[in-house]
Formats: sequence, C-alpha cells, structure tokens
Amino acid sequence: MSTSVKTARPQTAQKPAPQFSDRVKAERRLGWLLAGPAFVVMLAVTAYPILQAVFDSLFNYRLTAPDEREFIGLGNYATILTDEVWWRDLGVTLLITVVTVVVELILGFALALVMHKALKSVRGLLRTAILVPYGIITVVSAFAWFYAFDINSGFINNWFDWVPGIDPDLNWFAQGGTSLFVIMASEIWKTTPFISLLLLAGLAQVPDELTEAAEVDGATWWERMSRVILPNMKAAIMVAVLFRALDAFRIFDNVFIMTNGAFGTEVLSLLAYRTSISRLEIGLGSAVSVLLFICVLLICFIAIKLFKVDLAGARGGK
Amino acid sequence: MPRAERPQSTGRNRPRALAGVTLALGAMLLTGCAPEEGPPTLTWYINPDDGGQEAIAQKCTEASNGAYRIETSLLPNEAASQREQLARRLAAGDSSLDIMSLDPPFIPELAEPGFLAPVPEDVAQRTTANVVDGALAGARWKDQLVTVPFWANTQLLWYRKSVAEAAGLDMSKPVTWDQLIKAAESQDKYLGVQGQRGESMTVWINALVESGGGQIIENPEAPGDEIQLGLTSDAGIKAAEIISTIGKDGLGSPGLPTQDENNSMILFQGDKGSFMVNWPFVWPATNAAVESGSLDKSLIDDIGWALYPEVNAGEEARPPLGGINLGVGADSEHPDLAYQAIECIVSPENQAEYFVTNGNPPSNTEAYKDPAIKEKFPMADTIRESLEQSAPRPQTPYYNEVTTSLQQRWTPPSTVDPQSTPQTTADFITSVLRGENLL
Repeated sequence: MSTSVKTARPQTAQKPAPQFSDRVKAERRLGWLLAGPAFVVMLAVTAYPILQAVFDSLFNYRLTAPDEREFIGLGNYATILTDEVWWRDLGVTLLITVVTVVVELILGFALALVMHKALKSVRGLLRTAILVPYGIITVVSAFAWFYAFDINSGFINNWFDWVPGIDPDLNWFAQGGTSLFVIMASEIWKTTPFISLLLLAGLAQVPDELTEAAEVDGATWWERMSRVILPNMKAAIMVAVLFRALDAFRIFDNVFIMTNGAFGTEVLSLLAYRTSISRLEIGLGSAVSVLLFICVLLICFIAIKLFKVDLAGARGGK
Repeated sequence: MPRAERPQSTGRNRPRALAGVTLALGAMLLTGCAPEEGPPTLTWYINPDDGGQEAIAQKCTEASNGAYRIETSLLPNEAASQREQLARRLAAGDSSLDIMSLDPPFIPELAEPGFLAPVPEDVAQRTTANVVDGALAGARWKDQLVTVPFWANTQLLWYRKSVAEAAGLDMSKPVTWDQLIKAAESQDKYLGVQGQRGESMTVWINALVESGGGQIIENPEAPGDEIQLGLTSDAGIKAAEIISTIGKDGLGSPGLPTQDENNSMILFQGDKGSFMVNWPFVWPATNAAVESGSLDKSLIDDIGWALYPEVNAGEEARPPLGGINLGVGADSEHPDLAYQAIECIVSPENQAEYFVTNGNPPSNTEAYKDPAIKEKFPMADTIRESLEQSAPRPQTPYYNEVTTSLQQRWTPPSTVDPQSTPQTTADFITSVLRGENLL
C-alpha cells in the first residue's frame, strides 16, 4: 500500500500554481500542516529503509559472516539479472498480475452493477456479503484455500470429480499449472470485492440524467454501457486497475502458504524474502528488493504517464 | 517500546495527552527499565513441544535454589523459521539469548561467526558422558563442542506386519530399500516416505547417501567456494535411483510431492499403508488416534518397527539424526548461569521424563534405563540403536543453501533422473556457494 500512497503525492504537488486567493493559500497551508506529520513519518519508515537497502545492495554481505562483508558495486545486480531464476519469477509474477487483474475487473464490474442496481432494502446486506472475502486476512484465506484443495484434507477433488481432469488422485500442489490456478483463484476471490467497491464509487459518479437521456434517445443497454457509463467512469476503472496491479505484483502470502514457491510458482516478493530472510544474504536480497521496487515504480510510471490515470479524479469530484 | 506510542491523542486535549504519555512512560519504566529484583532471569528460547521444556524450566528453576530463574520464550513452528529468528537476533547482539534450543544442522552457521558462547571444559565433560555418537557429532563444530546435546531424534522403519508377511519379508533381519520397493509393488501398497519440497526431503536424501557409504559434502568445514560435493558418487546415484523409482512408479501415493511426516503417517495408518520411514512421534500419535476412536484398535497390533532400511544389502544403514541441542548466545549476560541451567536441563532424569511426556528421545544412553520409557515406548532400544548408527546432515555454515538446492532439484521425486540429477545439483550448489547464482 505504501507505493500507492507515494504515487498520490506528486499529483497534488505538481498542479500548476498560478495566483491563489488568500483563502486558497490558507487552505493549502492547513493541508500541509495536517499532512505534514504523517509525511515525516512516511519518510522515516519508507525512505530510510529504501536508502539502506540501496546501500546494502552494493555489498557482498551475509548476516552470519559479518567480517567478510565486501563492496562489489553492481555485482549483485549483474548476478540477479543474468540468472534465469529472476526472469522466471518475473514471468510468474506478471502472469499472476495480468490474469488476476483482468478477471477481477470483469467480475468486480459485474458485482458493482449488482450492488448499484440492487433494491435499497437489500443493498446494505448485499454489500456486506460481497465485502466479506476482502475482510479476511490473506494468510487465513490462503490456508482455507490450501486445505480445500490439498490432496490429504481437501474436499474439492471429491465435489468436482465430475469435471474432466479432476479426480481423487489429483495433487493440485504437485505441479506449477494447477498450483498457480489455485493461487490465482484464491487471490481473485479475495480481492474482487476491493475492485468492485472502487468501481461502485465510479458507477455512482455517472449522472443519472445521462443514462436516462440515452435511454430516451433509444440507446440499447450495450450502447449505454459502452458510450455513456464506461467513458464516464474511466478514472475510477484506471485507479482500480493501478491499485490492484500494484498489489497483485507484490503477491506473497498465497504463494508462501500454498507452495512456498515450489514447482515454478515462485514470485519476486518470495525470492526477495528467501534471499534476505532465509539465506541471510543481505546484499543480494537487498538488490532483489531494489529491483522489485523499480518494477513497481515502472508500473506506476506506465499507468500514470501512458494511460494517464488521474488519481485526483477518483476522489469523487466530477 | 511501541507501548509508548499507544495512547494517541488528537492534541486538542493537552492534559489528557500528557497524562497518556506519563502513563506510558511509567509503564515502560515498570516493565523494562526497573532494576531487576530477585535472581537473574535466564531466557530459554524453545521450539514448540507439548509443554515439556516449560516443565523442565520450572523444575530447574526450583532446583537452582534461587541462583537463577528460567523463563521460556516460544520460537516458530518450522525449524527453518526458528533458525531465521535466532540468526537475526544473534547477529544483532541480542543479550536475551541465554539458552537456545537449536536444530543441529544450523549449528555450524551460528558457531562459525562466534555467535555461540564457548562451552566450559568441565560442563562439556559432564554433559557429554554417555551421549550417543550421532548426537555428539551434531553438537560439534571444527572439533569443538559448541552446544550441549539435549534430545536426539532418529527415524525408524515402521511396517505393517500383515503386509510384510504377505510379501514374505523377514523383518527380524535388516531389509533393503529394493526389497521394500518390490514388496510395495507386489502388494499394491504405498510406501510412507517424505517427498515434499522441505527439510524432510533432505533428511531422506542424506540418509540414503550416507547409508550407501557416501557423503553429500566431502569437506563440510571448507569455505563456501571450496566445498566439494559427493553427490555424483555411487552412493549419490543409488540414492537418486531409489527416490526416482518410488516417484516414477507411483509407490509413494499421488500425494508424494507434497507429503511430509504427518501426511505419510496418515497414509501408513490407512488401507494402503505398508512400510514407512518416520520419527518416533508416530507411535504416541497413532495410539492417541486409537484411543480417541478414530482408528481401529487392531492397527496397533499390526504395527512393527525395525532399523532404517539399508541401501546395499549387508551394509549397515545410517539413519537420519534430528533432535535439539542447547546453545548459549555469545552476548548473554549470564553465560555461566546459563551453562549451569543447561546441565540441569539435560540431566538423564529430565531427558527420560521428557521422552515419556513429550515423545522426544534422550541423547543420553543412561536415560534409556528408566523403566517408564520401556513401558511407553516398547521400541526404545531400537531407537537407541538407531541413534548410535545415525549420521547427521552435512555440517556446514552453508547448510541452508545446500538443503534448499537439494529440495529444489530432487522434488517432485518423479523428476529425479539418476544419470543427471546428482550432477546438476552438485553444479548448482557450487555456483550458488560461489555467489554466481540465485537460489
């Protein structure tokens, strides 16, 4: 989440600043005063560790061999970028990101429509029901999905043995494809509510007059959707995609619990974790983390510059 | 420290905020900074068990007559996570690490940089008399005793008497892996082995390589970039053959690639169970399941045990070695008291009691004389014999790299190729240790 906060900041700061009235100036000052302490804390807890990681990444440094620490410049980066493990993990991470975000967007939009159209009397209940998975801690949901599919304790093989390819002897976590399927399904189940909530906010922004006018003009449902509703909620959609893509790219819990990266399911966060925490290779691990951070920055950059995501526009202002 | 930040105030209500800060500071002073009263407290970082270590801690606190007080602090479940936490704390110079329950394979990594306080000569002599060889080997690094053996674990071959009989195997004599494979094939049963990508896979590989007369690492004390691997020896190739056959022929059940010790026990208890290599915990666990009614009583009578299977007929097997050793952190404020406490903890009486209550076998042969042990664990003599023959996993400061590489390259078992896997694993470990590859 820290990254999303960070991207939001330059947007407000970069706005062109011609002449302001006194009131606007006072408001701005108040804004800084209110946000200032949080800003300082953010710098202390994010900027400092990031700089430390960049510094550490230039050393060959193993926590259990502190005396052998040596400066190797960009050597760690060269090791990582020439290693197939890094590229394989990057591929897996991108695959998970793309598949989950696309599926979540479609499902989330459908759910948002349902919530939007639902009768007032059931709307609250419906929203709660849809939001429940999002309220569950990821580690807990990962365990639930793991035990559901596990060959020893799971019930999925029994319930779905009529589906071709599923039989009682199918070990979901014994090969990459089926493992990734479960990981992604769990991820989608858990975070679709988040997207649907963001999209619901976007739907609410579309003025009723516009859709009503289109309906009077004889537009079909599809035409109203593609010509009126979707263009009007583009900002909300892009923000939802950006937030989810950033989150999905940093996926850790599901993979850690279900396969621990076995059989080609390792993602970049897990590689960073294993290198710095398990292997205690602080230098190499920091380099992996820095590269992961650069990847996240790249995603933000692409989204904001190329797709022109307007983060301020999603705040509800028209 | 975070305690001080908790009473948050909006700032509008100054007195309340001040009161909050004062309270928090007060609480901090009371808990952290107040001068200690009474005997010094020793913190013992324990691995999760059934409460046995906690009980011993209390017993030894009482026996010390006020010289020290032992407080336990729980480590994570997984041995690998225990190591991560301890290594980080030790590297950071944490002075609370008075006594630590350590998994033997990770001891060299902590001993090499001097993270462990040296064992006093007299303590070493008193605590190692009558300790089984395997456990003693696991407690040393570079010919020095760096930890004190507490309890020692080993795997036995557990078998269903009915299946062994039907297959015509004489279990009173040592059996070989090839015989077990044939028996499982002919009886259409599953073998209980641990094929998951985890530490248990390394335990299996190491036992096979050692039993075949080889070693995974030939010079475990060498620096990382000079380590010589023995995987391509005949013993390494034979080990790969056994694992690959069990994997490819489906003899370990479809669950093999994700099978740990607990899963293989459940498999063994089921209709298709035949032979299983596993730690002694399966005995109390199976008995408890029978008592609670979830398993049939006849199962207990059908279970037999023997020494770990041989790789080559006539060559004594080298069963896996596990267990816990006790170490003292180099930055502990009371190393003398800690070693005094350790002497109390590892006394044969405590080890025997720990075995009976928690099912973890003693490392001290004296403890096996306790009659309560024979009653609870009829296989105690086999366990002791197995411990005498057992071989530790490679003792190198780079154990984590070695075990992770083995796990990555030898799982799932069906993909192991005796012709190529030992060679590619050896090459991979070498390049990882030279820092040329990610892991």
